[in-house]
Amino acid sequence: MQRIIDPMPDSSVPERLRQRHLLAISDLSEVEITLLLDCADSYVEQSRQPDKKSSQLRGRTVINLFFENSTRTRTSFEVAGKRLGADTVNMSVGSSSIKKGETLIDTALTLNAMHPDVLIVRHPASGAVELLSQKVSAAVINGGDGSHEHPTQALLDALTIRRRVGRLAGLKVAICGDIMHSRVARSNIHLLNIMGAQVRAIAPPTLLPPAIERLGVAVFHDMRAGLEGADIVMMLRLQLERMQGSFVPSTREYYHLYGLDRDKLSVANPEALIMHPGPMNRGVEIDSDVADDINRSVILDQVELGVAVRMACLDQLTRVLDAEGGD
Amino acid sequence: MASAYLNARLLDPASGLDTVGGLIVKDRVIADLGPSITADGLADDIERIDCGGACLAPGLVDIRVRVGEPGEAHKETIASASAAAAAGGVTALACLPDGPEPIDRRAGLEYVARRAREIKSTKIFAYACVTRGAEGRELAEMGLLAEAGAVAFSDGGNAVADALVMSRALAYAGALGKTIVQHPEEPRLASEGVMNAGEIATRLGLSGIPRQAEPIMIERDLRLVELTGARYHVAHVSTAESVEILRRAKRRGLPVTCDTAPPYFALTEIDVGDYRTFARLSPPLRSDADRQAVVEGLADGTIDIIASDHWPQDVESKRLPFALAEPGIVGLETLLPLTLELVHRGHVPLMQALAALTCRPADLIGQKLGRLAKGAPADLVLFDLDRPGRIEVDRFRSKSKNSPFDGRPVSGAVLATIVDGRPVYQAEGFG
Repeated sequence: MQRIIDPMPDSSVPERLRQRHLLAISDLSEVEITLLLDCADSYVEQSRQPDKKSSQLRGRTVINLFFENSTRTRTSFEVAGKRLGADTVNMSVGSSSIKKGETLIDTALTLNAMHPDVLIVRHPASGAVELLSQKVSAAVINGGDGSHEHPTQALLDALTIRRRVGRLAGLKVAICGDIMHSRVARSNIHLLNIMGAQVRAIAPPTLLPPAIERLGVAVFHDMRAGLEGADIVMMLRLQLERMQGSFVPSTREYYHLYGLDRDKLSVANPEALIMHPGPMNRGVEIDSDVADDINRSVILDQVELGVAVRMACLDQLTRVLDAEGGD
Repeated sequence: MASAYLNARLLDPASGLDTVGGLIVKDRVIADLGPSITADGLADDIERIDCGGACLAPGLVDIRVRVGEPGEAHKETIASASAAAAAGGVTALACLPDGPEPIDRRAGLEYVARRAREIKSTKIFAYACVTRGAEGRELAEMGLLAEAGAVAFSDGGNAVADALVMSRALAYAGALGKTIVQHPEEPRLASEGVMNAGEIATRLGLSGIPRQAEPIMIERDLRLVELTGARYHVAHVSTAESVEILRRAKRRGLPVTCDTAPPYFALTEIDVGDYRTFARLSPPLRSDADRQAVVEGLADGTIDIIASDHWPQDVESKRLPFALAEPGIVGLETLLPLTLELVHRGHVPLMQALAALTCRPADLIGQKLGRLAKGAPADLVLFDLDRPGRIEVDRFRSKSKNSPFDGRPVSGAVLATIVDGRPVYQAEGFG
């Protein structure tokens, strides 16, 4: 069993974020990421108490605006908001009406008129959340935009690693799967590079975007080579519709070459942690036996810490709002 | 009634004329021109216009414009496109046939011709579709369309992708003496992409169009041109490979021409920035190495023509997430100043730049335009080569303002535009 380490807050960490929105990890600095992770650490215990509620966000309105189906992320944000005492409202916009272009801006303006303090937005188009953020006065958190970024997922992955291993710098992290279409992969690649980890991308060439190595990753098409000595193995979800001859020939071939099982894992660091953003396709990208290994798999830690990270993001962004209001 | 444009720098790229002198317009045509024409000796009833040393050149001929009609009059109309053209020094334009109501029958050509006659400004020509509905499957009635005035055949923003269809289209158009204008993009390779494939697209999480989609289509078509001997024109060349392939094809003597548009020599994929939809176009903006290769292609004459690629889009079509936005840039009113950037930076000589805007595009669409010559139509642009200014989209005559060039400092301004001897545009403070 790994020891859980709560690092002491670093004195160089700033008091506040510089920006009002959390749109992309690539906008953040090392100290800002550390600020958010330290803040999240402080919320882990709160969530484990019988009375989980505090009042930092009392009176604040947080709207979950999801233009794409989501259960996990939306629920995680909703729980986070409620634990901080905010009024949280969920709004789902059907995917059929998204194509109607104007919906995004119109919805943003409509919601803005209700004076929300924080908007959490997920949208299937890359850049959509940033576009929306330009039209509203609320703080905006990117809950995932297309294949671009999913910053809170990368933060919760980082917190999970930091609490288990004690650091991020110097770790060998292998990200495996559909990197081409993955906003989780992009956010993690940025965050891990900023924090000094060594990042590897493992995927068939058809699931890697062009010039991915320019984002600071070593590319492997052979999973064993990529997993050699890895401290962290991050599996990505593969959309089943991409596996029927378009990007890879078949599910069974993918599992054979890129599914994480004990055999492939044997070349990694014996204490390597296994992560997955969920929901998992067992038997497609990950073997159940590995996914459920209580010593190796931190998949449920990720879910727990996801709430703490989102509490931290809400807390820190509303502090920026407070500071702006005081100016 | 005759007019004399005096004290002008006469520039005629077709003949190489570059001299200070005068030009007399009578009965809608150029009656005379040359250094000897001055105020002295003119008959009293001739109107005199002092050009103050400004450049007087053939009006620009723009071979690729979307005029919004028929079908998208909320973005542009033939009237607003004409006004924009006049302000941009464009005296003749050819509009693309692939709008919501494709020009694949005579009625479409007749509609455009009738509207152009009503407006009586810029001369408006039209392409007709290569294939029915610009869908790339069955040949349009090219013979009837040619008789009805189609200047050339093109499926506009759609490539004629099927090799058999393209082969037959080239052969058939060749017999009619018409050129096929191809959008050079292998559609399957490009199908999922919204910008140039590469690091920037990967960072933005946008699916890329691999650059190879362009040379693949051009190389295939060149084989078909060899097979059929037909005239073939490549629209908006955007990659270094395409320029090189076309350079070699021309050396081999193939009947091939090509053009590019200002975005491809003035911008790169970096201008997409944080999802700027005004920088979404088709083909997409490429790398800086591609941009430089396009400039070199213009400098050595591989690229014959500069077209505006005028593609108006209303706010609702652009104020969207990048991948959902429509492609296109309005270009009629920035064509001349952006081309003059190449001249001012010393990349392309003035005469060659003007040839790419006047006589060469006129030749492509088979019109006796784009020349300062006795008896030629008096379609003229008077411009100040050096006047400093900024591109201001709010001043565009075009109904749509989708330009990434807003605020760009430029040197050179249109002072007046004359069609058939009649001024259709005069800048403030002139005339």
